[in-house]
Amino acid sequence: MTHATPVVEVNGLTKRFGNVVALDDVTLSVQPGAITGLLGRNGAGKTTLMQTITGQDFATSGDVRVFGEHPVENARVLSRVSFIKESQKYPDEFRPKHVFRCAPWFYENWDAEFADRLIDDFQLPVNRRIKKLSRGQLSAVGVIVGLAARTPLTFFDEPYLGLDAVARQIFYDRLLADYAEHPRTVILSTHLIDEVANLLEHVVVIDKGRIIMDESAETARDSATTIVGPRSAVEAFIADRTVLHREGIGGLASVTVDRLDADERRDAAAAGLELAPVSLQQLIVRRTNSTTTEFGADS
Amino acid sequence: MIDEGKPIFQQIAEQIENDIISGAVAEESQVPSTNEFAVFHRINPATAGKGVTLLVDDGILYKKRGIGMFVAAGARERLIAKRRDSFRSDFLLPLIAEAEKLDISPAQLTRMITNEGEAS
Repeated sequence: MTHATPVVEVNGLTKRFGNVVALDDVTLSVQPGAITGLLGRNGAGKTTLMQTITGQDFATSGDVRVFGEHPVENARVLSRVSFIKESQKYPDEFRPKHVFRCAPWFYENWDAEFADRLIDDFQLPVNRRIKKLSRGQLSAVGVIVGLAARTPLTFFDEPYLGLDAVARQIFYDRLLADYAEHPRTVILSTHLIDEVANLLEHVVVIDKGRIIMDESAETARDSATTIVGPRSAVEAFIADRTVLHREGIGGLASVTVDRLDADERRDAAAAGLELAPVSLQQLIVRRTNSTTTEFGADS
Repeated sequence: MIDEGKPIFQQIAEQIENDIISGAVAEESQVPSTNEFAVFHRINPATAGKGVTLLVDDGILYKKRGIGMFVAAGARERLIAKRRDSFRSDFLLPLIAEAEKLDISPAQLTRMITNEGEAS
């Protein structure tokens, strides 16, 4: 699978808005048939990257290929792509039923029956004017389109603003079940990392316009360990390792370092130290030098 | 059900092993598909697939083409033998270490185990 032709190839992509560098020399390739998480803080460049990949924005420099072609105004590419974003605009008089009626004109794999089931799941009032929908109902419209379109390449950009925890779980469950039956390439951008961590096969983390992590979710999960124990013992053990995070209380220290191998884990245990796993969310918080409240907070 | 400590695919493999050891899944019977595991545990199908592959490589599960995954004959016995091998390092040594920390002598520990065994 690692040798398959990438669905998305981004090479040396830079995007400037005036003096602001939104994307800084980004190089990335997305393998087909996987769910990739595009994770990062607000303003890190997630949306700009996806907009450039889908041809809605122009690169300042660098190259973008989707299905091997340039995406900008390229119907061969864009007919196979859907991009669900939180700020989707619809014509003023539209009701959800109009959106779902138009969808098959754009998406050849559109599954109307699946869309109907999702409408029930999300209890979406299809006859109400879009303008009158709640924030969560509006998000549900986008989520339903993104799932039922079954495009070979689907982007979900923070698709669930206003959706409560129950509705988000419905989204994750339906995405997983439908993806299992109809494999396709999904790029899911979110700051709710804990919620989606187990759904992801691959993880890309962007921070200040740069890619700082691009690896399998399994590798990422395994890439750091927290060592807990008496301060002196912990300090002696970590010696000159790179420290990702350090905290402590009284004589107790808790230090997060890069992955330990089996021998090192045994040494740590022998020294009376406890090893604790680091969740994907904690890892990203550490690597982006941000605070926990920036991730996982309901927006 | 999924915890952070171990790779997820390993946890999936261990849960299938547990079901085989307990007899919940009999030898020569079919186990759920990779996709069913993925949806049930809310994990990526590729991860679930990796767990199943681990057991196929160990000869615990085998594939019937076009039908699905089945438990191999003799799988239960081999899993029990494997778990017995790791019983010492996984359970016994930590138990003894904790007992020492609490000043429980080996004789006291033996008595405690005997009493618990009779009680249950």
